[in-house]
Amino acid sequence: MKALRVSLLAVLTLLFVSPVLFMFLTSFKTRQEAGRTPPTLFPEKPTTQAYDQILNAPDTPMLQWFANSLFAASLHSLLVVATSALAAYALARMDFRGKKPVFALIVATLFVPPVILIIPNYEIVARLYWLDTLIAIIVPTAANAFGVFFLRQFFLQLPRELEESAFLDGANRWQTFWRVVLPLSRPALVTLALLAFLTNWNDFLWPVYVLFSPENQTLQAGLSTLQAANSVRYDLLMAGAVIASVPVLILFVIAQRYVIEGVSRSGLKG
Amino acid sequence: MATVSFQGATRHFPGSDKPAVDKLDLDIEDGEFMVLVGPSGCGKSTSLRMLAGLEEVDAGSIRIGDRDITNLPPKDRDIAMVFQNYALYPHMTVADNMGFALKMANTPKDEREKRVREAAEILALTDYLHRKPAALSGGQRQRVAMGRAIVRSPQVFCMDEPLSNLDAKLRVSTRTQIASLQRRLGVTTVYVTHDQVEAMTMGDRVAVLKDGLLEQVDTPLGLYDNPNTLFVAGFMGSPAMNLLPGELREDGAVVDGHLIKVQITAEERRGHDGEVTVGIRPEDFRVSDGDEGLPIKVGVVEELGADAYIYGTVGGSDGDDAITSGRDVVVRMEARRSVQKGETIHVTAEPENVRVFVTETGERLCGG
Ligand SMILES: Nc1ncnc2c1ncn2[C@@H]1O[C@H](COP(=O)(O)OP(=O)(O)OP(=O)(O)O)[C@@H](O)[C@H]1O
Ligand SMILES: [Mg+2]
Repeated sequence: MKALRVSLLAVLTLLFVSPVLFMFLTSFKTRQEAGRTPPTLFPEKPTTQAYDQILNAPDTPMLQWFANSLFAASLHSLLVVATSALAAYALARMDFRGKKPVFALIVATLFVPPVILIIPNYEIVARLYWLDTLIAIIVPTAANAFGVFFLRQFFLQLPRELEESAFLDGANRWQTFWRVVLPLSRPALVTLALLAFLTNWNDFLWPVYVLFSPENQTLQAGLSTLQAANSVRYDLLMAGAVIASVPVLILFVIAQRYVIEGVSRSGLKG
Repeated sequence: MATVSFQGATRHFPGSDKPAVDKLDLDIEDGEFMVLVGPSGCGKSTSLRMLAGLEEVDAGSIRIGDRDITNLPPKDRDIAMVFQNYALYPHMTVADNMGFALKMANTPKDEREKRVREAAEILALTDYLHRKPAALSGGQRQRVAMGRAIVRSPQVFCMDEPLSNLDAKLRVSTRTQIASLQRRLGVTTVYVTHDQVEAMTMGDRVAVLKDGLLEQVDTPLGLYDNPNTLFVAGFMGSPAMNLLPGELREDGAVVDGHLIKVQITAEERRGHDGEVTVGIRPEDFRVSDGDEGLPIKVGVVEELGADAYIYGTVGGSDGDDAITSGRDVVVRMEARRSVQKGETIHVTAEPENVRVFVTETGERLCGG
């Protein structure tokens, strides 16, 4: 029984890890080897050629893209958490007219496919003169229906007495929210921040639409120009992809404690 | 310090057909320990929460001292509450938990620390000030919850079943600690419990609630000796008062064919005749030597050393014309009387110790 479980887990792990592994290995191949069919698994002559080239090419400012992405995704994720937490708390704990329809409306937007919104969002961003700026990456979707829903469910299951106790201790609404509710919700907040960061970091279509100048690209959008410019340079693409996945991996290692707690505490886990 | 006064305070939850608390009138004196007691769902917590400002008051008013606080937010009422689950802030240390209210009141840091330390000393928490609640035992958490309340020196303490999460032994010792602490601090306290033993042992006075209505307020002994209603009679005391259906006559009440003498004046009788409930405390029965009195078939003898309780049923084995109703009766008697299971004993009670209630309305006619 145990052996079966372990081998099943091993197979699944391999399944998930193998593309990442292949990406990693390919990024250390030469240009010729990377493009070969059938592909090799391990690089015959490991080299950092691809990294040298991609990091130093003047027409592909990788480090600039990296910084752009980091800045945009961080700020975006902060905004998502801030707006979601405020809206979710109001929907979970405060009484006001129209609360139910408002919540229903917010949840309903979860069912709108994001692609449909690209054109209207583009129009809005264009009129605000945000095209070709990082604001266009940071601000739209910062009011996030999923975030509101997710945090509301989390707030609802916090013991009410804790907030009541804070009220009796003389805290006002804001102090209760800030000093009691938010600290207790750290797992959920971190989880949401991480999800928002990753979504923004990995987003490809939207940045391609709204960013034009080479130096304004995000990492994902910028990487795609590699593909267009030089037929298909797998070695360069993979080196770029490795660079793009480093922050994701680091973040995940740091935050996984919270994420697992957040997902299991919010009752979303099966 | 302050008095607390409920004046017709009513809470009617939307969607329920009757009020959870119905026109509660209750005056609590300065420094008094008032216990609200009653069965589950009778509105104890709701009454307390109305006082604390956590529940709306739909009608009537509540005053603390001469302030009408009916519509004040909780933070302006100067009330500290101890919750059943303690509601300690899990992300704060014990010291921060206890100091939170002072921090909210912008008390200077040294003053705050001093008061937290003092409270911690009173409650033997000094060694735990830097721990988080998760690293404390149930009893320690309970004390932190108390500490959080006393640090503030509020006008009123509210406590909602603060002992119900402790094991039986700790509950008994904490009971006396809370009571003596309250006497020492002299803070007006409203204490909710469903446990009549807690109510009897802790309260200066006890208010008995049932179905949202106040049944009776009195000192513990007052309630015990003079229950105004059948409900209070059955609720206070352990083992409970024996409540036997009977028929009121000129000379007494007849229970299962046996006459029990009662002391009742024509005035008390108020024209009542017929169906009544006779209430006799277990310790008010005397075991007679002969076969005078109510025959009781002994079921179980509980020897407690100092005394003994006999759990039996009305109706003997000696035949004759007595109706054997099989009604449960508890009798207290001296220890070591060597009464055997299955035996029949006869018991009598002094007429002045026999209470008579109108069965239908529950009101008391006489006795006590
Ligand atoms: N938020 C609420 N909404 C609707 N009804 C409620 C609410 N809170 C309490 N009630 C009802 O009000 C009545 C009194 O409840 P309350 O909590 O005061 O009882 P209690 O005496 O404290 O009981 P227990 O000993 O079980 O704690 C109950 O019938 C309960 O179902
Ligand atoms: Mg209750």
